[in-house]
Amino acid sequence: MTATRPNPTGVNGGHFQSHYIPNTTDEQSEMLAALGIDSIDQLFADIPDEFRNPTLDLPAPLSELEIQKELGGMAAKNRPLGSGPSFLGAGSYDHFIPAIIKPLITRGEFLTSYTPYQAEASQGTLQVIYEFQTLVCNLYGMEVANAGMYDGATSLAEAALMACRVTKRGKVALADSISPAYSAVIRTYCQSQDITVETVDPSSPALDTETACLVLQYPNFLGYIEDLQSLVDSAHAQGALAVVSTDPTAMGMFQTPGHYGADIVTGDGQPLGIPSSYGGPYVGLFATKQEYIRQMPSRLSGRTVDKNGKTGYVLTLQTREQHIRRERATSNICTNEALYALASTIYLAAMGKHGLRQVAELCYHKAHYTAAKIGELPGFSLPISGPFFQEFVVQCPAPPVEINRKLMERNILGGLDVSEQIPNGTLLCVTEMNSKEDIDALVTTLSEIK
Amino acid sequence: MQQGGNRKTEKLLLERSVPGRVGAVLPDLDVPAQALPDKALLRDELPLPEVSEPEVVQYFTGLSQLNFSIDTHFYPLGSCTMKYNPKINDEVAFQPGFAGIHPLQPIEQSQGALELLHKLQGFLSEITGLPAVGLSTLAGAHGELCGMLMIRAHHLANGDAGRTKVGIPDSAHGTNPASAAMAGFEVVELASDKDGNVDLEALHEIAGPDLAGVMITLPSTLGLFDTNIVEVCRIVHEAGGLVYGDGANMNALLGRVKLGDLGFDVAHLNLHKTFSTPHGGGGPGAGPVCTTSRLAPYLAAPIVTQNGEGYELSTPEKSIGKLSGFHGNFGVLVRAYVYIRTLGGAGIKSISGNAVLNANYMMNALRGVYLLPYDRTCMHEAVFSADWQKDRGASGLEIAKRLLDYGFHAPTMYFPLIVHEALMIEPTESETKETIDSFIQALIDIDREVTENTELVNNAPHTTPVARLDEARAARQPNLRWQPEAAD
Repeated sequence: MTATRPNPTGVNGGHFQSHYIPNTTDEQSEMLAALGIDSIDQLFADIPDEFRNPTLDLPAPLSELEIQKELGGMAAKNRPLGSGPSFLGAGSYDHFIPAIIKPLITRGEFLTSYTPYQAEASQGTLQVIYEFQTLVCNLYGMEVANAGMYDGATSLAEAALMACRVTKRGKVALADSISPAYSAVIRTYCQSQDITVETVDPSSPALDTETACLVLQYPNFLGYIEDLQSLVDSAHAQGALAVVSTDPTAMGMFQTPGHYGADIVTGDGQPLGIPSSYGGPYVGLFATKQEYIRQMPSRLSGRTVDKNGKTGYVLTLQTREQHIRRERATSNICTNEALYALASTIYLAAMGKHGLRQVAELCYHKAHYTAAKIGELPGFSLPISGPFFQEFVVQCPAPPVEINRKLMERNILGGLDVSEQIPNGTLLCVTEMNSKEDIDALVTTLSEIK
Repeated sequence: MQQGGNRKTEKLLLERSVPGRVGAVLPDLDVPAQALPDKALLRDELPLPEVSEPEVVQYFTGLSQLNFSIDTHFYPLGSCTMKYNPKINDEVAFQPGFAGIHPLQPIEQSQGALELLHKLQGFLSEITGLPAVGLSTLAGAHGELCGMLMIRAHHLANGDAGRTKVGIPDSAHGTNPASAAMAGFEVVELASDKDGNVDLEALHEIAGPDLAGVMITLPSTLGLFDTNIVEVCRIVHEAGGLVYGDGANMNALLGRVKLGDLGFDVAHLNLHKTFSTPHGGGGPGAGPVCTTSRLAPYLAAPIVTQNGEGYELSTPEKSIGKLSGFHGNFGVLVRAYVYIRTLGGAGIKSISGNAVLNANYMMNALRGVYLLPYDRTCMHEAVFSADWQKDRGASGLEIAKRLLDYGFHAPTMYFPLIVHEALMIEPTESETKETIDSFIQALIDIDREVTENTELVNNAPHTTPVARLDEARAARQPNLRWQPEAAD
């Protein structure tokens, strides 16, 4: 607290007074006097002398003005999605975000509140969670949803662990068509449990009576719609659960996983009004059947009444959770992504019944238009047949990394290189954000590649 | 404040729906319509709300006003470090150059983001005294899982598969035992001694060849700096175990001591506590993991490394694997970076000094009014017991609820578990002396009310949007989503 600024022009001369810390040196002295001591350092006497007050080699403080300049400079070294057409998806999607979301989620009453343990002081957050649970259930055709998980990958991993608890079995079967990142996260979560993780071919999944669950993605990682009914049935035939990671935007038009009998449905809520933000924060969606509710991870908000009979909301069924059940909890999750559950709820409210369908249909038609145009180009082909939503694979006449370099010369962000799965394959994503001009620019640029 | 008309918040979105209303308008399709897939693949109905944009804004604004928050109320929730959340942090994180970048775009197009992450790794390393840092874990408990999986991987790599037990103090957060169990360990509870430190005899008893390690929160959840800590680390290390640090309470230690110097092997930080990122009603958080060079190869992927002039994402040599979909909660990491840059070394040290000063000032003023089960210099928070008030008819719960009527958020109650009627109060460094004085006065007034008007306290709160809620009914007949037939 004795450190000085290089140019001591402020109100306190050479003394650095942070604008986040109100106590002045006079107030500190007054408080120390009340304690009968004369320095703050005395409060830290329990720390062994040889370790107390180590050197701390951090840069000097910056004013807000300097922060804006420095961080603006760092931000300028990145290329944001809005600066040109983008056809990259693969788990993080560029969708329209209504302007109302940011001002609502940055209201201090939402942004700077804690987990709603004190229900009477947190009815806003608790009612939002109840709305979120309702809308996630309706989106996926499921009976119960929780207050949200960290992201789509961890939701799916927790679903696999939950399926093992429900079935008391120890084998997790991953369709080879799910996201490689999701698959990796599931393996990390399962490594210390007595759980075997295997990969199966979704066209003929080899399951047996040891299988706890079949893990699917809908649409799959490459964008295509698999025969969900027969896959769910094949899991059930072995007494296994069907776990389906589902793109919420696709639910604007496609049949729900609940309709096919899925037991646990997860997803990443990012497409629902959350910016791509280099991969986070997002929110994990998690829904299941009523009968499995006590094996569910994470918070739940329940509707009840107060002592005067007025409707209100509280966190409920908390005996599943770590702060009550400790090592026997269904999960260690505590802090989740409440603010982005709020963002998704506002998004679903604003887009509503008509808007979400429109978004899904715009994505569908634009993606199919793009695929058809590229499919006509010499040297390019669509190696996978079957229904898809907004993503599809194109086989290119050159390595995707070269294609993407050519595209970037025209300020177009190309797709994800999936050549490990499909030779010279690129995974393209087309959403409502891509205008016909963007798409035609992509097709024209590709047509110039020999 | 009572709103009228459609601005009332009672009705839920689906109850407000009016067929034909829309809350957003999208552009027309500008490409030729394409053939739709087989109708069997498509859903018939989409049960989402039909509300206009003004209604959405009014409804959610109304809901927000039912909350207590740091911006509106003093929020001395112990163990949660509810400090001021600077607005510049949000402004920086929301700018398109950060919020608008795709996690899979080529790294040459995200060098600014990677540079920020690399520098943040360095800052957190300097603050903890632990040389290696990974940023991909998304909350404190997620960091705990990562750290415990690293400990497990380290023992397995040494052929030490018999190390199956983890010692955790009885004062620990519930996430500690839950994370240790998720990482495959058997949890052994460690008693605290009469001063609130880890009981060294209890530790000696479990310090054998089956000990994988211990999980220690420093300062402890009693708000105390464990004066045995160096000895704790020595005993665990001598037995071949490792020491995990739960950094939830780091606000007390910033610039005062480094966990690495004390002997911790791996620790997480809660950026949404110590480093001012907003808690958002329950998240997002970020739980970076800091560790020694010995355990660094096990960190979760990815970490950010420098390669000549540029930065890249890489996977540590013996990584436990990926724990999140992409690279971490970037938006939260940006906010923490801005906070550290704003405060600099001097400011960082000023945080702990003022946080600990405020807590001791408050504790001292309430000594004699509320029971102090461990009456020593506290760190960033003080744990009282409401046992004296309970003898007069009001429990810790009632006192906490009564504080809401005074316009203060309640402290953490009934935690840590080893203190009867615990009230855990953390004022943080960002509150004024005037606020802390008025909070002290409120607790003194409530103590008087317990004697003079017990009913007033026991029926609190009286001024919040709802009164005491029926939690038993919520659990017995769970109503977890709105359905038309269930409408009142």
